[in-house]
Formats: sequence, C-alpha cells, structure tokens
Amino acid sequence: MQMLQAECPVCAGLITAHDVLVGEIIPCRDCGAELEVSTIEPFTLELAPTVQEDWGE
Amino acid sequence: MNHAAQSTPVTGHAAPSATRPAISVGIVGASGYAGGELARILMDHPGIAQLQVASAHHAGTYLHALHPHLRPAFGHDPIRIVSLDDLAPCDVLFLAQRHGMSMGEIDRFARYAPRIIDLSADFRLHDPQDYPRWYGHAHADATRLATAVYGIPELHRSELPDATLISGAGCLATAAILGLRPLVATGLLDQQLPLVIEGKVGSSALGATPAPGSHHPERSHVVRAYAPTGHRHTAEIAQELRWPIASGSVSGGIAFSATAVELVRGVAITAHAFIREKLTERDLWQIYRQAYRDEPFIRLVKERAGVYRYPEPKVLAGTNFCDIGFEVDPHAQRIVIIAALDNLMKGAASNAIQALNCAMGWDETTGLRFTGLHPI
Repeated sequence: MQMLQAECPVCAGLITAHDVLVGEIIPCRDCGAELEVSTIEPFTLELAPTVQEDWGE
Repeated sequence: MNHAAQSTPVTGHAAPSATRPAISVGIVGASGYAGGELARILMDHPGIAQLQVASAHHAGTYLHALHPHLRPAFGHDPIRIVSLDDLAPCDVLFLAQRHGMSMGEIDRFARYAPRIIDLSADFRLHDPQDYPRWYGHAHADATRLATAVYGIPELHRSELPDATLISGAGCLATAAILGLRPLVATGLLDQQLPLVIEGKVGSSALGATPAPGSHHPERSHVVRAYAPTGHRHTAEIAQELRWPIASGSVSGGIAFSATAVELVRGVAITAHAFIREKLTERDLWQIYRQAYRDEPFIRLVKERAGVYRYPEPKVLAGTNFCDIGFEVDPHAQRIVIIAALDNLMKGAASNAIQALNCAMGWDETTGLRFTGLHPI
C-alpha cells in the first residue's frame, strides 16, 4: 500500500497516511491541527474548518 | 558510630552495561527538597550500586523521616543519613546544599569523589566577578570555578564526560534558556530591545527551610512579584544565551521578572522577544524542530485544540521534561515563548541525573522516564 506524505500547512510537520479518502480528517501529530485531505494524487491537505470554541478565558 | 556503614545497596538492577559497571554515589544536603528528589531517582537507578546520603543537621535519622515518599519498599532497607565526617568515598558526589555552602568546601568534597555535581549556584557563573554583583559575595574558589561545566545537557552534553565538576542550573533560568536559545541562535532578534522574561514559580523553589514568606497564610493564594528586577538567574540566562546584560552603552539586555504563584512544584516562563524580520509560525516550528528534534526531554507544545495547548507545569510534576511553546504576535514584531518544567526535577534533581547519565555514557533517559500525572 502506498504511503502518502505531505507537509502540515500549519507547522510544516511531516504528515504520513495511507488508505485515506478525499474529505477525511487527519490530525497533525506535532501541532494537533485537524487536516482535511483535499486530493490524493497529489496528496494535499488543508486546514479543516472547525466550530469556533469558547475556550473560557 | 560510623554511619557510612549504613550505605544502602540498591539491588535488583543490572548495571547499565558490562563495560560500564554500576557506581557508588553520595548526596550531601539530603534534607532539602532537591536532595530528596535526587535520592528518590537514584534509589531506583540501574546505574547505581551504592547510595549514601549525608546531612550536617540530620545525621542518624532515616531519610524517610524527612521525605515520607521514600519509606522503604520492595525489600530495600531504610536509608540512614550520615554525617559529613562519616561520608565514605564514592564515584560521584551530589551537593544539594544552599547557595554559598559548596564553593568554600569544594576541595574537601573533591577528596570524597572524583566527580562532583553541585546543584547550588556556586559554580554556575563563569566569571567570578559576577558573584558579588548577583549573589552579594565574592567567589571563594575561582580556580575550581574555571573548571565547572554548566550542567544543562541540552547545551553542554559533549563537555560532561570529561567534567570533574558539573554545576546545576537555576530552575527559572533553565526554562528561560531552553525556551529562548533556538530563537536567539537564529540571529534574527533585535538586540537593541530587551529579552523580556516573566517567570512564575511554585513554593518549593524557596527550599525546605521555613521563612516568613513561606508561612502558609502568607504564601497560599499569592501572586507575589518577589523579584521584579535584579533576579539572580538573570546572570546565567545572559551567560548561556550569550546575550548582553544592559549596562552603559549596551541597550536591550535581559529584562527578567519573577513572580511566586499558587503552585508547590512548577515553573513557567513567558518570554517576549522582538524580531527585526518577519517570522511565521511555520518558521518557528522549523527553528525549534531543528534545535530539539533529538532531545528526549524537550517537547514542543503548541496545539490547536484541547485545554493544555501550551506548556503547563501542572502536568509536568515529577518529570524531567521541559515543554516549550511559541506564538507569533500578529500585531507586533514580537515572538512569545512559553516554557514549563518542574523546578525540583528538570530545574534541579533530575537534570543533574540526566547530566550524570551523559557523563557516564549511559542512556540519557535512565531513571528519568516518568511521564507525569493527569489529573493532578
């Protein structure tokens, strides 16, 4: 199975994945960003939209 | 009575390797908090064959009478504290005494052990002239001072195997230095502006000796600015970052303030560094990754979700980690650095044992793999 690699658009960390689909959400292990798979070939990621959170402070 | 005969074998562990047999160690100043933490880690360290603890004021008592978390367990005999006169020769001697006590007696201690690791401030500053300025007294042994290695392994790892005198580092200073060093090393900071560092520290940093300010009704619930300027750690921060202290025609400098907060253990620093050129957060990730990618005890903590998005000393209690986070201020030419650690651990005892591991050529993480508690 092909290992896909891309750079996190937030922190430039290395993201690896296999067997993923367009639209799937992958977390970055370094910065925790939720990344959405945009395309498989080439393998590209975008920051996934999130519901704004009231962090309380 | 020869209390040295009470040296306690640490059993049940293999030596780290056949070519590097387990060693004997001693702790002077076992009654203090850092001394207790040294003992806790060394008691279960596979590289240690014999551990003795000494105290000027508590000889004859059991160690667990002072440090109840060290009550005997797993078949170990209780450790009895010996007097300094009854200390037996050993391979490595840790000094965990108050500042100012080691420098005048270092020759005496050197007769006990060929390698000394001193947790006090007595051998931190390279220049003896800095001692009157920052500690209010002259240095008693400039010759020995010149041989000391500043014992943060992330900075001076290669010097440790040959060092006969290793100095511990200040807890707040350790957080500030490790947090800022990669950024300073880029050369992109504006040295005409100060490195502004605000340090927050828990009550155990004051030590085990009571003082009016540590009395519970006075200390509890405070946010006490106890050193808005002039904190002693300023000197070692400047030394290790190679950042000039402002004086005369030198502007900028280190602008360090320290505040006592409602913690028993823990240090957090928030530093503000001003840049000449624009940096992005991706740039910072790459700068810090490059600096610390191989460091076992430094973690980059900057997460986009969750409660603990930045370094937090609460979850580092008992660990040897220094967690570091950062953020670019979009409204100013400013980088904010946050670093956190346990002042008794990475800020004192466990950092000293990390230095020992490096000096002995052992796996650097030996005895130091506790990852913390949550919730706590």
